[in-house]
Amino acid sequence: MVFRCAVHNMKLLTHNMLTSKCMKGVTVGYPLGIVAKDIKVSETEFNSEFVSRIIPKLDWNALWKAADSIGHSGDLPQQLMEDYENNEEFLKKVHHVLLEVEIINGELVCPESGRKFPISQGIPNMLLNEDEL
Amino acid sequence: MPSFKIETPSLSHLSHEDYINVYEPAEDSFLLLDALEDDLELLQQRRPVLCLEVGSGSGVVTTAIARTLGAEVFCLAIDINQAACSATNCTAKENGVKVDVINGDLVTPLRGVCAVDLLVFNPPYVPTPHCEVITSLEEPLTRAWAGGERGREVMDRLFPLLPEVLAPQGLFYMVAIENNDVPQIREVLSALGFQSHVVKQRRVRGEHLVVLRCQKHSDSLE
Ligand SMILES: C[S@@+](CC[C@H](N)C(=O)[O-])C[C@H]1O[C@@H](n2cnc3c(N)ncnc32)[C@H](O)[C@@H]1O
Repeated sequence: MVFRCAVHNMKLLTHNMLTSKCMKGVTVGYPLGIVAKDIKVSETEFNSEFVSRIIPKLDWNALWKAADSIGHSGDLPQQLMEDYENNEEFLKKVHHVLLEVEIINGELVCPESGRKFPISQGIPNMLLNEDEL
Repeated sequence: MPSFKIETPSLSHLSHEDYINVYEPAEDSFLLLDALEDDLELLQQRRPVLCLEVGSGSGVVTTAIARTLGAEVFCLAIDINQAACSATNCTAKENGVKVDVINGDLVTPLRGVCAVDLLVFNPPYVPTPHCEVITSLEEPLTRAWAGGERGREVMDRLFPLLPEVLAPQGLFYMVAIENNDVPQIREVLSALGFQSHVVKQRRVRGEHLVVLRCQKHSDSLE
């Protein structure tokens, strides 16, 4: 099936939610490593409300490591700062890393088994084979 | 009076050929959208940040949610069918919203950290022999409707995962049919810590469709 529209890509926010814990023999499976073949940095509208409300749902350390591993941590602090809700400058940096750094093609790598999950056209394939369950 | 409306997204980029592999929006899809529209005031009060659709198919529901709830939510969609993932991606794009799509089985690729504020699922609910649930990759469309015994096999795998996925104030909407034994689904959900209600129902061509809304027992509405 060939679609006529431009693809949409995987954001680091999504990466922050993904795990390979359902694989046989894997206990945590988090965070997944990233091998990025194509990265796109785009500009999206900043919404400070959204960013400050999504932060509690994130694993900060995983986010920072993911961004750093693909060379896009910018000047995001390694530690989550306190009272970030009113710190627009900080929220903008988070916004950038979460939503503006996108992966088009590459791989996610299980930290325990080394199993690779392909990302193609912005869609990570997390399906496991029957013998991996 | 403010109008609480969910607009049906444009699907003109999808053709007959696409629907060979991807579930074409039908009465069940639209009933789910209608149920969400009825609850829009509630949804807006809850101010979801993270929305997830399992089994997004064409992407019609996720895209409608993303458009309606706007810039303050992030929408994720998961489908087991690769063609459905591309279709969801495309429908979102064509309608000017961003949805991240994952090719995966139910919520199993996700970290269980009670983060999802709004979860929707229009599952394969048609009673079929068990073997039809696990069809070959050449027949992705079968997986869109084949629900196995009592039509329950796929949804029953999702239920036990709900407690670790849904946020404390999270809402879960699911389509089912009467033949799935709705009272028994509600019992299963209750035992897992969730209250549920039929918020919408419609009889269409011999199918009695319902939409269940489900939330934690500890969470009182309004
Ligand atoms: C009835 S269709 C609904 C499609 C769309 N949400 C709608 O309302 O029009 C069910 C969808 O669930 C997907 N599906 C079936 N089993 C699944 C599973 N185990 N994990 C994720 N998606 C699944 C199918 O590929 C299909 O796209």
